[in-house]
Amino acid sequence: MTTTGTATVTLPSDTQILIVREFDAPREHVFRAWTEPELVRRWWHANRGEIVSIEIDLRVGGSWRYVMVTPGGLDVAFHGEYREVVPGERLVSTEIYEGMPDAAALTTVTFQERDGRTTATLLVEHERKEHRDAHIASGMEDGLQDALDLLERIARSL
Amino acid sequence: MARAATTADVFNAVAEPRRRELVDALARGERPVTELARELKLAQPQVSKHLKVLREVGLVDVREAGRRRLYRLDAHALKPIHDWVAGYERLWNERFEALDAVLDELKTEGGDAS
Repeated sequence: MTTTGTATVTLPSDTQILIVREFDAPREHVFRAWTEPELVRRWWHANRGEIVSIEIDLRVGGSWRYVMVTPGGLDVAFHGEYREVVPGERLVSTEIYEGMPDAAALTTVTFQERDGRTTATLLVEHERKEHRDAHIASGMEDGLQDALDLLERIARSL
Repeated sequence: MARAATTADVFNAVAEPRRRELVDALARGERPVTELARELKLAQPQVSKHLKVLREVGLVDVREAGRRRLYRLDAHALKPIHDWVAGYERLWNERFEALDAVLDELKTEGGDAS
């Protein structure tokens, strides 16, 4: 098993999040792992809960929905619609956290292969800085519950 | 519920683009306000106003050097922001480590998959 590096997260502007990570695999494999429900189910949980549903209708205008249940019994669901699908290369989709349905983001993922290794680049674009910030807060280590409390607080203050 | 004053914490202090430019400029070394104003192409009172906000959250220090007042960055005050983004980065790192395992498996079964 190869260690393939760590993700870098940067904030290119007030409304964007950029995540970059290299994988020791050809881009066809990375794309499959990113878009086939049975494969997504195995990694998207990030050790923060149990995946209960992954639905992917991979075509322009098709929808997706991921649902996870946390150890505390909380449902965490995201959904969106595909805007661009270029197999092996690029995916553009909307992304809505169902706990904060007004904060839709546009996510662009590109896969670039070099010498058998693939760099995945995710650009998440929100409409408002507050939404971008709430999105980042959802990754806080203190646990999803804290993050959701924070999301709610931020959402209420908008 | 009332919102916190805009100067209450370091998150709010650096939410203003000009103040982020000031932080960037100070990261290159301590400077007097006149020099900061020239670098940022801003009027000196404006720069002073922003520096005041940054000082209130502990991100900027000032010291007297002869007749000049030199402003410098205290990057420790940025730690809450670093920690905040680091939590999100950890989420993705854990997610991607699980993805690595999936990719290893795809590689192993590659011979008979297609």
